[in-house]
Amino acid sequence: MSLKSPLGKVLGLGSAKDGTDHWWSQRVSAVAMIPLTLWFAFSMLTMPDFGYFTVRSWMAAPLNAVLLLLLVGTLLYHSKLGTQVVVEDYVHGFKKVATLIILKFIYAALAVAAVFSILRVSLGAV
Amino acid sequence: MNTRSRPLSPHLSAYKFRITSTLSILHRMTGVALTVGTLLLVAWLIGAAGGPESYSAVTAFAGSIVGRVLVAGWIFAFFYHLCNGVRHLFWDAGRGFEIEQARASGWTVVVVSSVATLASLAAFYL
Repeated sequence: MSLKSPLGKVLGLGSAKDGTDHWWSQRVSAVAMIPLTLWFAFSMLTMPDFGYFTVRSWMAAPLNAVLLLLLVGTLLYHSKLGTQVVVEDYVHGFKKVATLIILKFIYAALAVAAVFSILRVSLGAV
Repeated sequence: MNTRSRPLSPHLSAYKFRITSTLSILHRMTGVALTVGTLLLVAWLIGAAGGPESYSAVTAFAGSIVGRVLVAGWIFAFFYHLCNGVRHLFWDAGRGFEIEQARASGWTVVVVSSVATLASLAAFYL
């Protein structure tokens, strides 16, 4: 027996079968970011200076590059989940859908640009 | 469905200051602020990958008065969101729900994130 109302069925409302996925993903990415962000904060505080060559050689070290990639990926994913909820709370109707799609594009662009930059420095181009 | 003429429930201005509600709002605000801060992080990575000129454009902004104020704000937002996020994870595990516990953990978050921010700023700029 379905608990959906006839109107809800016609409008396609109800479970999209992803249940607690959004909530759970936000928690898992949050847990992952505890060590990642603490490592990043420690790295920033112990960076000798923020000169071009110092920062590039820090980025290029394999462990730093891998941790940076993990950080950027997890951070943007966690941020995307968070801003999505904020938009869903305050923006409605067509504007909500448009804002969410634009945000998704921005996050994809940021992720690709960040990953490309880290790889470019660590794999030694230029 | 027209919902515009319906009465609204009492909103933010109807409630007294409470540490728990204030920190809850601050959690969302710092989350959004950190999302904006991620733009500087990604710009920093792109700048470092792009060459000395693009890198110095990013550090010139970060080192300006406006940049320093923003970075200081993001450092606080980071420590606050981190500490309060851990507080949320304890709630997710079913712990600390009593009102006195929630107030105590809230003030703990305020103290720890403020001290961590001041210590980081001192390490950065002194």
